[in-house]
Amino acid sequence: MNERPVMMKIEKAVDEAKDTKTFWFSGRVGAKPGQFVMLWLPGSGQKPFGISYQERGSFALTIRRVGGFTKELFKLGTGDRVGIQGPYGKPFSMKGDNVVLIGGGYGTAPLALLADEMARKGKNVHMITGAAGKEFLLYQKRFEKSKVKTTYATDDGSFGHKGFCTECLVDSVKSGNIDYVYCCGPEKMMVKVFEICNKKEIPGEFSLERYMKCGFGVCGSCTLDPTGWRVCKDGPVFTLEQLKKVDEFGKYKRDGSGKKGKL
Amino acid sequence: MSGLKVDLCGLKLKNPLILASGILGVTKSSLKNVAQNGAGAVTIKSVSREPRKGHKTPIIQVDGDVMINAVGYSNPGLSESRKEFTGLGEVGVPVIASILGTDAEEFAYMAGNFLPGDFSAVELPLSCPHTPGYGMLAGQGTPEATYEITAAVKKSTKLPVIVKLSPSIQALGEVAKAAEKAGADAINMGNTVGPGMFIDARAKKPVLDFKFGGLSGPAIKAISVRCVYDVYKAVRIPVIGTGGVTTGIDAIEMIMAGASAVGVGSAVHYRDMDVFRKIADEMSVFMKSEGYPSVNEMVGLAHE
Repeated sequence: MNERPVMMKIEKAVDEAKDTKTFWFSGRVGAKPGQFVMLWLPGSGQKPFGISYQERGSFALTIRRVGGFTKELFKLGTGDRVGIQGPYGKPFSMKGDNVVLIGGGYGTAPLALLADEMARKGKNVHMITGAAGKEFLLYQKRFEKSKVKTTYATDDGSFGHKGFCTECLVDSVKSGNIDYVYCCGPEKMMVKVFEICNKKEIPGEFSLERYMKCGFGVCGSCTLDPTGWRVCKDGPVFTLEQLKKVDEFGKYKRDGSGKKGKL
Repeated sequence: MSGLKVDLCGLKLKNPLILASGILGVTKSSLKNVAQNGAGAVTIKSVSREPRKGHKTPIIQVDGDVMINAVGYSNPGLSESRKEFTGLGEVGVPVIASILGTDAEEFAYMAGNFLPGDFSAVELPLSCPHTPGYGMLAGQGTPEATYEITAAVKKSTKLPVIVKLSPSIQALGEVAKAAEKAGADAINMGNTVGPGMFIDARAKKPVLDFKFGGLSGPAIKAISVRCVYDVYKAVRIPVIGTGGVTTGIDAIEMIMAGASAVGVGSAVHYRDMDVFRKIADEMSVFMKSEGYPSVNEMVGLAHE
């Protein structure tokens, strides 16, 4: 683990989807699926990103351009250096033999690494991934080449199921043999997945996003109500049973000053 | 263990370990979590009159036994914080407020409008080394400013007032005496050391976005212990010893230097959330084997 940021060269920056790039680095971070690194852009800040690929001697982060920090990052390419610190956080447990992984938008990124690892262990992995439109869908070629079963959903119906990916989950769990669900995406979507799993009594794990500053459990920015769990250290992955105790799940989150606000 | 009980200017603590301000104290839930992990009291993250975003990340970095931070007093401001820190009885241990001001008048305003709430005491950090307008960077660490601010706050609240001093102050005794003379009920000795700076050789830049920050962690313990030793000699009011305490033996050393209670902060990183329970257990083991029936019996022993 890198306690301080280690300046690493970007091997390549690949267009993954609209406004979304995958940044490849050579070297090992030894991350488990669901863990994240703090990416430092000197002068622009430091933000957490889930690891989306990990292969022998290299790893990658898939990042959507959403604000000032990612705008700066997207200007960088092969040979430019950024600081990589971590990995941090509690990973997915990899429990279950017949599992559904359900990702919304770039929430699919950490689940794709989980899909790789679980498929490698011989588990039956069904990946359900949703996005606003076809142009935002991630990793179609990657999943085609793997043993992972895939279902796509788009809000505008431009590819796969027209509608929310959670509707595909409802169909999938009807089969009755799903024994574990892993989820990452917009919180409103995760609440829906939580409800489906809870009703069907299927255990699950969810990767939460909150305003993180330090990334290793001391600043208190990302703590949850009312348990006080730290998303960066006690999470970002929480079980369904844990989330039953998190009142703020699906309701609100805090900003960088600590003020409560909308999701 | 009952031998760990202390009375700190009227606050009854089950053990002398106090969560230091700035670590985890952003929300009531977080304070409760710390209390459940064994802290004797907890301090909230400092609150200013207006909301503050704080400095840009990175705000905290670690290099072995040294932690450096320049968080920049991020907080949601007076009115949001009042909402956040209500019903503090749920926390289960005494909660200490920490309030900010750019001058004595603003400190008095904060004390008058934020306190008492459900708080048990209030701390005045006149010692932050990395936030323009506040603490050391605003000259609040002089005997004159310390006297003026402490006296103004004392007039505005009935809660016990704890003045938090910087280990970077040369004339520590004089500043501590000024706080005592102004009516302070306790001294928290101290804040982070420095400021210092980490530079990344490959980035060719300071790692903290604010460039410099206060040092904490096990490496600063010797400085904190000496400061507590000096302040204990200078004043009669109780001293909280803060800085670098990570183990039960560290806490005992701080107490023997003169501390009646001990601040714990960065150790949350080094030994995780339950560091409070771990330190308390280690103190109990030491006290049992050395035959000390109470913490009180050990306070200032190094002076004898």
